[in-house]
Amino acid sequence: MKQFAALFAALDRTTKTKEKIAALSSYFQTADDQDKLWTIALFSHRRPKRTVSTTLLRTWAAERSGIPTWLFEEAYHTVGDLAETISLLANDEYEPVEKSLTQWIDEIKALKDHEEEEKKEFILDAWSSLNKTEVFLFNKLITGGFRIGVSQRLMTKALAQVLQLPESHIAHRLMGNWTPDDTTFEELLLADGDNMDLSKPYPFYLAYALDQDVEDMGEPSDWQAEYKWDGIRSQLIKRQGEIFLWSRGEELVTHSYPEFDVLAETEIDQFAIDGELVVYSDDGLQSFNHLQKRLGRKTVSKKFKREYPCRILCYDLLEYDGEDIRHLPLAERRQKLSTLLADLQSDISDLPLLLSEEIAFSDWESLTTLKRNARAANAEGLMLKLRSGSYKDGRKKGEWWKWKVDPYTIDAVMLYAQRGHGRRSNLFTDFTFAVWQEDGSLVPFTKAYSGLTDAEFKEVTQYVNKNTIERFGPVRSVTPELVFEIAFEGINESSRHKSSVALRFPRIKRWRRDKEAKEADTLANLKNLLNN
Amino acid sequence: MKVIEFTNKGLYCPPADVYIDPWKKVNYALITHGHADHARWGHKHYLCVDSSVPILKHRLGHEMSIQGVPYGEKVNINGVNISYHPAGHITGSAQIRIEYKGEIWVVSGDYKVEDDGLAETYEPVKCHHFITECTFGLPVYKWTPQETIISDINSWWAQNVADRRPSVLTAYSLGKAQRLINSVDSSIGPILTHGAIEKMNDVYRSMGISLPMTQHLNAKVHKNEYKKALIIATPASIGSTWAKKIKNYSLGAVSGWMAVRGNRRRRGADRGFVLSDHADWPGLLQAIAATGAENIYPTHGNTHSFSKYLCEQGYNAQPIETEYGDDNLEKAEE
Repeated sequence: MKQFAALFAALDRTTKTKEKIAALSSYFQTADDQDKLWTIALFSHRRPKRTVSTTLLRTWAAERSGIPTWLFEEAYHTVGDLAETISLLANDEYEPVEKSLTQWIDEIKALKDHEEEEKKEFILDAWSSLNKTEVFLFNKLITGGFRIGVSQRLMTKALAQVLQLPESHIAHRLMGNWTPDDTTFEELLLADGDNMDLSKPYPFYLAYALDQDVEDMGEPSDWQAEYKWDGIRSQLIKRQGEIFLWSRGEELVTHSYPEFDVLAETEIDQFAIDGELVVYSDDGLQSFNHLQKRLGRKTVSKKFKREYPCRILCYDLLEYDGEDIRHLPLAERRQKLSTLLADLQSDISDLPLLLSEEIAFSDWESLTTLKRNARAANAEGLMLKLRSGSYKDGRKKGEWWKWKVDPYTIDAVMLYAQRGHGRRSNLFTDFTFAVWQEDGSLVPFTKAYSGLTDAEFKEVTQYVNKNTIERFGPVRSVTPELVFEIAFEGINESSRHKSSVALRFPRIKRWRRDKEAKEADTLANLKNLLNN
Repeated sequence: MKVIEFTNKGLYCPPADVYIDPWKKVNYALITHGHADHARWGHKHYLCVDSSVPILKHRLGHEMSIQGVPYGEKVNINGVNISYHPAGHITGSAQIRIEYKGEIWVVSGDYKVEDDGLAETYEPVKCHHFITECTFGLPVYKWTPQETIISDINSWWAQNVADRRPSVLTAYSLGKAQRLINSVDSSIGPILTHGAIEKMNDVYRSMGISLPMTQHLNAKVHKNEYKKALIIATPASIGSTWAKKIKNYSLGAVSGWMAVRGNRRRRGADRGFVLSDHADWPGLLQAIAATGAENIYPTHGNTHSFSKYLCEQGYNAQPIETEYGDDNLEKAEE
């Protein structure tokens, strides 16, 4: 644990990428293989199965510090992190015990079949045998969510340096469904392809938002334009007759979408398609709202399958005939994609895959008009991709751009505030906004978090502190005076909300200091947007 | 007649017709200490402890009517006995004791119980009613002794010197900056300061307080000096043109808030050193117990939860709305 804690301290002590990579590299050079594997897992949001609930951790921590549980909760809301709250309450004195990271994890995993009292004894012992930083890390092994500014990319860079392998190789190997229980450091990163997990997806190529005038993009014929569909970016893989569906969040969701089982019926095999998972009925493409009904369902009833049938709109082909073809130019990959889809079509009559069609355009001006009307096509905007470009991993600038429709906006009054977490703990950052109803009352219609600067959050926090009407646990109701412009990508009717509407991607666009509460928008204004 | 009333101008003592640390303009103000949220501009007369007079004059103007008294000396105004007692917060900080017809109130101002080697050491004062700050009124705030933190700062500074990298440390210009200058190991390298801090250092020295040598970081200082130096900057100066002259530095922030990781990450500091001029949770509870008071009025910080906790412990506690604890005032001062 000492070595892992030292790595954590080194990473936590700097905001500079170069120093973080150096700290990781030196750790990866010296640590035990199993510890390294767990470190990679933890930093890529994999953690051992939870064997102790956070409720129990809270209760025991409060009990141990001799404070009432309500005060523990109050402290937690200020600190914004459970593992950290417990570590801050820990004693300065402790009886040091040295166990490796893997050993601690194994012991935590072994708690699974133990009685609550035994769990408690183990946890309390651990808390009194570790220093504050180690208590924090130990807790994180249980609660998950290491936010220490180590991105997948940073870790990839460090591993590439230490193992002297290309970053793209590492990035690919880190993808997918592995856990430290079913692989080794050697197998995960170094072994050749045969041992590789069959389901392993490729890293998604992610685009930046267009940050220049489209007229400056050069020759229109160099670029492929297509709609940016509003669904879930996915990767569909078939290898050795097995189907795997991955979402962009690196979640294997094959079983939630049985529509794609039919692909097993053809001999065509060994391919990976990048596309958008959408609901697509006989009437054509449906809004994201419909897809939402299918999200997170483990089993799908016939009724749901019938009412919300899923399809994939195919953007790109990454693997064809067992070959990784990401290095080929987009134009060639698209050609192969068309061939593949046509072949599949001839084997499967009701193929759940459609080509995301290219949009023909001769000049940027006409494309701009198309973009403006993208919502009519049920799209969020357009994608521009360089025809000659390869398929990169991660978010890269220059060859792929997303070009979104301008968001909807509405002026709303802040009604409730709640403290944030992590970097923004101690500040009120989560707000509920309202618009006016005909009877002169305010109706809440959305929450929004991001969009203000730290300085603005601080100012709003001071306002909240001085203008609290009521406290509901961590939530405060405030005098409705502050007006904010809320931007969002879509709006749908919803029976679950008091305002009867639900927004897509709401965020704060700016603080309208120039407006008084009574000048904010009305529910009627908001509902008008439904008809667009 | 009530001894202390909570009014929208500040804490008011009707029999003496004086306010304590008022936030609106008044005729006569008793001032606990020189920070901007407690010693505001524009009152007609000020009364503070002797060692706070030069600080107040520096910040509010030499033409202001500012009178000083020694710690412990009783001043009688209309039959009200008023005296100042060390609060340990910064140099010249005081708790104000107000006694009228046998009833004793103490206004803590800001305080800490740990001796920092520079400010007059905190002394508990017996009273019936204790008006207390509770900036860090949650059990997660437990300070490590100053000695350990200073030794962490020294190691960080020495490592930066070895790496030929400037060490920039942020601290408030009044109190925290001088506390650091007085405590760090000045044999490691030169100590350079932001202008607002250097001016305050001059005020301290004019009172006969000896601080290790410091130098205002201006155009006259050669850039090679930066790499060996501990540069003490105000929080507000980071990002200013003054700080932009210093390249590739390691940034350390010194504050009690640094106890929470999220705060440090928000500041973008490389290192957070948890050193506060306010009492931590055990410090607050210890100070409150030492007053022997039954009635406790938390004024700024986590006042609601702190009061609730005190009530559960058998005190009669009630949070008071005040305008103390506003960081922006202190920043504007710099």
